[in-house]
Amino acid sequence: MLNFSKINIFLIYVIFVFISSFSILNFQSQTDSLIKKKVNLGLDLQGGSYLLLEINSDPLVKEKIQSKVITLKKLLKKNNLSFSNFKINEKNLSFSVDDIEKFKLLFFARTDNLLNPYINNYNSFELDLNILNDKDIKVSFSKYGLLTINNSALKQSIEIVRRRIDDVGTKEPTILQRGDKRILVELPGLKDPERIKELLGKTAKLNFRLVSENEEFGVDKLVSETGEKLNISKRIILSGENLVDSQPSFNNQSNKPAVTFTLDRVGAQKFGRVTTDNVGKRLAIILDGKIISAPSINEAIPSGNGIISGNFSFQEATDLALLLRSGALPTPLSVVEERTVGPDLGEDSIKSGIRSLIVGFVLVILFMLYKYKIFGLIANTALIGNLLMLIGILTILEATLTLPGIAGIILTVGMAVDANVLIFERIKEELKTEKSIIHAFDIGYSKAKITVLDANITTLIAAVILFVFGSGPVKGFAITLGIGIITTLFTAYFLARHLTSLVVLNTKNKEIKL
Amino acid sequence: MNNKFNFSSKFRFANIFSLIVFSTSFLLILFKGLNYGIDFKGGTLIELRSYNTDATSIRSILSKMDLGDVNVKKFGKEGDYLIKVEQKEKNDNQIIPQIKKTLSDNLNTEVNFRRVENVGPKVSSELLKSGIIAISLSLAAMLFYIWIRFEWQFSVGSIIALFHDIVITLGIFSVLSLEINLSIIAAVLTIVGYSMNDTVVIYDRIRENLNKYNKLNISEIANLSINDTLARTIITSITTLLALLSIFILGGEILRGFSFAMILGVVIGTYSSIFVASPILKFLKVSYKTLEKKEEKIVP
Repeated sequence: MLNFSKINIFLIYVIFVFISSFSILNFQSQTDSLIKKKVNLGLDLQGGSYLLLEINSDPLVKEKIQSKVITLKKLLKKNNLSFSNFKINEKNLSFSVDDIEKFKLLFFARTDNLLNPYINNYNSFELDLNILNDKDIKVSFSKYGLLTINNSALKQSIEIVRRRIDDVGTKEPTILQRGDKRILVELPGLKDPERIKELLGKTAKLNFRLVSENEEFGVDKLVSETGEKLNISKRIILSGENLVDSQPSFNNQSNKPAVTFTLDRVGAQKFGRVTTDNVGKRLAIILDGKIISAPSINEAIPSGNGIISGNFSFQEATDLALLLRSGALPTPLSVVEERTVGPDLGEDSIKSGIRSLIVGFVLVILFMLYKYKIFGLIANTALIGNLLMLIGILTILEATLTLPGIAGIILTVGMAVDANVLIFERIKEELKTEKSIIHAFDIGYSKAKITVLDANITTLIAAVILFVFGSGPVKGFAITLGIGIITTLFTAYFLARHLTSLVVLNTKNKEIKL
Repeated sequence: MNNKFNFSSKFRFANIFSLIVFSTSFLLILFKGLNYGIDFKGGTLIELRSYNTDATSIRSILSKMDLGDVNVKKFGKEGDYLIKVEQKEKNDNQIIPQIKKTLSDNLNTEVNFRRVENVGPKVSSELLKSGIIAISLSLAAMLFYIWIRFEWQFSVGSIIALFHDIVITLGIFSVLSLEINLSIIAAVLTIVGYSMNDTVVIYDRIRENLNKYNKLNISEIANLSINDTLARTIITSITTLLALLSIFILGGEILRGFSFAMILGVVIGTYSSIFVASPILKFLKVSYKTLEKKEEKIVP
């Protein structure tokens, strides 16, 4: 175990130097270095906000099931099926039909099925049929239909969230999907996430609808921004989808903050037509079910440019413009978890983390030196090498260092010497019976090998499980602990062993003391 | 042979001692319960720094807000306070800005909000569930690993020792009403790794000695093996504890619970490798024959 071929020695040091050299990247300015790799600081160290958002697809399901009504009725009429008791429920449509068998055939038709398309990805239909008795039927989304709705809503939401956050101008945001209902947002450096939360908390569904004079069927009673009670026609003239741009500005007459908008070609045509036909009437601009403004149409607006002069501050106008630009969220989002660390706490954490790392390191080094003298020096050299390699690998992986992550490094320092302790203690035992010192070292290393491996694999298993199940800062701990074990094995079994062999082979037998 | 200490003569006493502490801890966890932090219970946590005020005035300001159960205490350094607000039934996104505003307006001194956390009821129950799954899974993985590397008796012994360590660590947390949060789960998993590491070193030696001295009974073998590895056990515990004490004292308030749990775990884990994991092998009637049978199976 003490004999190394030249190629082995060469390989050990090349690997060591190569990996360790990456750790230097963290201590130089990044602008002039060739390789731009660095250990990232977690939000708990650099300060910032972590938000976990959850979509609620229930309103969307309701909307989608309602949108099936017309297609369904058309299908029934076209095929001369008579139906009754038609009801639109929260998540399903229920009705009675005279010929269930015929309806079933139509419902589950593989081709040209407008009502219930077949989703090839999942080998399933979009809708499910629930036959209650010989004539009553319930139509609802199938499991995969719901999944499709949910997934597309989630994808779309992530896109909109990204646009809104980018628009606010936070630096280096991270926006990721988490599970099938959640979006993770990390905003480094952000001190107060309230504005972002407010922006993400609005679905921002914009509608243009006419104000109706009479209280006939098909109107909603809404209160305007000035407190006026208005009857709003249910017919949506134009929605936010037709918007291409929106900017905050000022109303020329009142000099109050306002929001301008620009419509796409289709939107501009529609808007022009409606404004031409309805001069003198009032147009309500509705955001998320609330009137933000209900001006009178003074003249036809064919250009597709308009201005919303509501009752808002400049900040509100800016936010509204941002929301309109970024588009509507398909479903409402709620913040289910939030963690914000101020920059000064992060700084304090770095300071105390580094301080305890240095103190822990020095204590362990002194103890090993006291306990094993020259071999303590070898173990300590291996320990320093271990630390350099650990930071090097973290740099190569561009891993995120958190406060528990620093704790993981300190713990690695404490536990890393174990491998060398195991080996040295074994050698001590062998020295009692073995006459040749070189032989004793040799046997000591080979016998301790299995134990060292067994002992470290158990900790590695714990680290891997923690990495899989842990979240945020705790994941950072699992990373440093896990990588620490691998670098420990390398440094103890190659670096320290080679150094030991140099000492043992170059000193006379009597001088060796362990 | 190195038989400085006669450990096996202390096994009976140690086992009774362990059993009492274990059962007490178990009952404490069951009846007194654990002090779950917002990670697992849901709610809002605010850490603030403000000089010229005290916990009482913060408490009295917040008591006017109708927040439900509010807990205010000093946190580490002078001027640092930790506020915990119990989860209300509904997830209220307005609660944090409201609290912040009320405190800024009424404290008549500068307030620096250093940390704000809010965990909803759904997320907190999921975090608790995944924490329990992680710990159970780690135990199962250890059981399996030891079972592959050793005989089943060793695997049973090591798992009992791990249970012993986890339950007693949590029992001490229960007695002292210390908070259980995500970092404590990390600590428990690390304790599992560490304690297992310690046990494996002794087991490895027991297996080796069983093959070497087939005249000795398991108590003698265990005693011999513990003594053989004792220096290593002590030295590694010392270096690990040095590192942990450094985190505990200098690592700041956030890491305090974590490092405390780890310190407990290292001490209990070291104890259990010697006084729990080893004597169990005697109960399971391990002898050199146990090993032989396995070898016969492997070689066809």
